[in-house]
Amino acid sequence: MNIFMKEILLNKPGKKIILLGNEAIVRGALEAGVNFVSTYPGTPASEIGDIFFRIAKKVGVYFEFSTNEKVALEAGIGASFSGLKTLVAMKSFGINVALDSLLPLAYTGTKGPMVIISADDPNCWSSAQSEENSRGFAYLSHIPILEPSDPQECKDFTRLAFQISEKFKIPVMIRTTTRVAHQKALVKLGTLRRSNLRKTGFIKEPRRFVTLPPRVLEMKKELLEKIEKIKEFSEKSPTNYEFNRITNKKIGIITSGISYLYVREALKELNLNLPVLKLGFFYPLPEKKIRNFIKKFKKVLIVEELEPYLEKEVERLAKDVNPKLQIIGKELISEVGELKPEIVTSAVAKFIGRKLEIRNSKLEILAIKHLPRFCPGCPYWSVFAAVKKVAPKNTVFGGDIGCYMLAGTPQISAQDYLLAMGSSIGIAHGISQSKVKSQKSKVITFIGDSTFFHAGIPALINTVFNKSNPLIIILDNGTTAMTGHQPHPGTSLRTDSEYKFEWEGYPPSLKTKERPIQIEEVVRGCGVKNLKIVNSFNLKEIEKAVEEFLPKKETAVIIARGICALLGKYLNE
Amino acid sequence: MAEFNLIINGVGGQGLITLLKIISIAAQKEDYDLKTSELHGLSQRGGSVEVHIRFGKKIYSPLVSQGKANLVISLESQESLNGLHYSSSQTTFLINQYKTPTFTKDLSEKEILGVVKKISKNVFLIPASQICQKEFRSEVVAGIYLLGLAFSKKLLPLNPNSIASAIKKIIPGKYRELNLKAFNLAKKES
Repeated sequence: MNIFMKEILLNKPGKKIILLGNEAIVRGALEAGVNFVSTYPGTPASEIGDIFFRIAKKVGVYFEFSTNEKVALEAGIGASFSGLKTLVAMKSFGINVALDSLLPLAYTGTKGPMVIISADDPNCWSSAQSEENSRGFAYLSHIPILEPSDPQECKDFTRLAFQISEKFKIPVMIRTTTRVAHQKALVKLGTLRRSNLRKTGFIKEPRRFVTLPPRVLEMKKELLEKIEKIKEFSEKSPTNYEFNRITNKKIGIITSGISYLYVREALKELNLNLPVLKLGFFYPLPEKKIRNFIKKFKKVLIVEELEPYLEKEVERLAKDVNPKLQIIGKELISEVGELKPEIVTSAVAKFIGRKLEIRNSKLEILAIKHLPRFCPGCPYWSVFAAVKKVAPKNTVFGGDIGCYMLAGTPQISAQDYLLAMGSSIGIAHGISQSKVKSQKSKVITFIGDSTFFHAGIPALINTVFNKSNPLIIILDNGTTAMTGHQPHPGTSLRTDSEYKFEWEGYPPSLKTKERPIQIEEVVRGCGVKNLKIVNSFNLKEIEKAVEEFLPKKETAVIIARGICALLGKYLNE
Repeated sequence: MAEFNLIINGVGGQGLITLLKIISIAAQKEDYDLKTSELHGLSQRGGSVEVHIRFGKKIYSPLVSQGKANLVISLESQESLNGLHYSSSQTTFLINQYKTPTFTKDLSEKEILGVVKKISKNVFLIPASQICQKEFRSEVVAGIYLLGLAFSKKLLPLNPNSIASAIKKIIPGKYRELNLKAFNLAKKES
């Protein structure tokens, strides 16, 4: 256990240690006495799972890397229904996957308290797909959402979220963003707590856990009543607070999350004392507090990243108390990309009508960009080289989520579409079925091992069932590489002490201890007749397999097996 | 000192996050408030990476503001250009004389320095990777070497002993000595 893991477990209340936002969330959960943790890795949330993976046994917490986020949430729901304190962590795209179970969970409510982490990635630093804003889930689900600004709040809000969940029997979401989750700062520790819950197991309460009509509509009504009560809690919560309260000022700022830190920086830079309302709750909002804050203002500036959710809420609230209020937000701050301190400083300066000296922005044109690429020794270099060599010019290449999406960079240029986890196969099927007669192009899709387990399997079954013929190449590098080498069902067991990764090289070992679920068995089980396993580093072998499978009229699968270069390096150390 | 703003940039895999940890622990040891920002995941795969380290009396933003960097350490020479956004005439650049291809138009050292010097005259181009390869047969410690150099040039307002103790705290067994040697080698070369 390295030094940072040891520090997270220090039971020295009051001591200050340096924690990453995600580490602080782990610490908050431990201080709340968490019992059960499930996750699927995704940047910028991955470290939460990585840490629990290493400490779970030591601290007596159940931990698992689930096959995908929906399953992770469902595992958490089962634990909560059984009375356990539960944490489920994922990046925001994971919530999309889990949403089908999340919405009814708001209706049933929780038994053991449950906290869900949703990590957004404004600016898409480590995200294909979209620049998602998890705030929207509040409107869909009526689940409370808290937004920490820094690691101290990551820890404190996690504890608070457990308290709210326990009090109101509702799951509580904590929304982080990259600059919060991957921010390091000093955090004052609280007391570690082992939960003394009486383990009762699951007790039947159909009125509570079954969302069958007509009960489901009663449940919706109960949920809305709950939210009204939580609104009162939010009004009183010290996480929603004013500072620089100057009664005669006619202008002020409302902000939350990372934007709050940039507002503080801007006020310092501009040497200003403006009233600021800092919100810890995004949902439900402390509406009275906001109304009270804005009622005497002429102008208010809303500083928020991405979509103007807060701005729209303030517009709504101003109608009652201050219809003439000038509400300024997205006209000064872009809806696209992350905020930076200088963006907020310039917005605040404009808001108060101060001229700010802007540096010559021509310089930025000279910025250079090293595109990310496969690591030296990565098995994907040879796979893509071989496939590109033998695939006809008009081949359509499907991409999926993982390191191999770097096939979309100009050097390799083997990615004609890229959307979401597991989508490569489903879309390949649709393209194959949409071909006009004259079109001879074949679809070759690439999907990683972890992604295949995550969401590739139903799509593979669909290609067989509905009889299309893409060539699917499963890139099995033995790990969830992109997010930091987490295990998956094809690699190893659950906890760190059981995580003995023994790469048997090629041909792959069938030893079940290290590889609990064989991808080839799954593929065969899905009804695929054309299956080959090749060595990712053997160009000739890959070329031969692709050439043989390209003319096939049915679905064909090639498993290209070769260990991740980084993982191999760690194993050798 | 009210606050100190440091940008370290380079390409993924050059050990930027380790440097960030070392400097933050040293700043904590000297009772500064601190904030840092780093990137994980896709951005680490050999692509452009930058980390932000800020310490002082009270720090809010984890990101350095435009034009406010006191020091930019570039582990890859072309990346120094990405530090310009954070720089002013007051900023010092410590640039590793080491280049990885961008696969578009790569810039020569002369071109790079030409641009950087338009903003700041305090620019040092140092063959840190070469020196570390020669001395230790390991380019990986080039960052630590540059950190040592920052001390010998009095560019970082921390006590070098705090850095040494941070290295001892976080670098595991067999690499600890190597890192300390690289750090101390540069310190001597003032």
